[in-house]
Amino acid sequence: MKLRYFAWVRVQVGYAEEDLELPLQVVTVRDLLAWLATRGPKFDALLTRSETIRVAVDQAVVERDHAVRDAVEVALFPPMTGG
Amino acid sequence: MIRVQAEAFDPALELDTFACGNDNVGAIATFTGRVRVAPGEPRLIALTLEHYPGMTERLLGEIEAEAQARWPLSASLIIHRIGRMQPGEAIVMVATASAHRDAAFDACRFLIDWLKTKAPFWKYEETVAGAEWVAAKDSDDAAAARWGKKITAQTGPSGED
Repeated sequence: MKLRYFAWVRVQVGYAEEDLELPLQVVTVRDLLAWLATRGPKFDALLTRSETIRVAVDQAVVERDHAVRDAVEVALFPPMTGG
Repeated sequence: MIRVQAEAFDPALELDTFACGNDNVGAIATFTGRVRVAPGEPRLIALTLEHYPGMTERLLGEIEAEAQARWPLSASLIIHRIGRMQPGEAIVMVATASAHRDAAFDACRFLIDWLKTKAPFWKYEETVAGAEWVAAKDSDDAAAARWGKKITAQTGPSGED
């Protein structure tokens, strides 16, 4: 699965994307965020702001209980500020 | 029509050719958003728009389809810049064409309100005092919310573009 990061989430993580094998216990978006937080201080810091992070699964913004297992691409980013 | 581009554009020129040749169009409404210097705040040097390639075009397409479903539009146009731009430059332009002004005005307002909170763009401001990511505004969420929920079919992960 490809994980992509945008805006200050990308800056905090330090890169724009990575390919990952999800552990079996990761089923939903909520599980994914919890697992990411265990991957080191950068991600742990990210999770402390997790309420402000939006998640898109295959380019559609979803809620925390949405499944991620079959996703091709998951993106993490702050609320949009376009226009 | 949707255009996401790094190149600057001229809203006047775009308007000139928008919905031209369609004699059923009696009303055209437009909105142009520009990079601005806010009085009383550290002077803005540049604004950079980051986006999510692919998802941006998909979301803008959905927002445009939603407007077409709600109002009898003959044509609609969304142009959104990406990359770094200077104060005074146009960031976004929305234009709508219809037989009468109510549909054109309402659809134009709807498009910009939804675009601001649903399309994956992020603003990064460089000022004389430093640089930072622009925080989302509650007022923008409220503006989008007053149009209610989507009426067109949801396009999920396996949906059509």
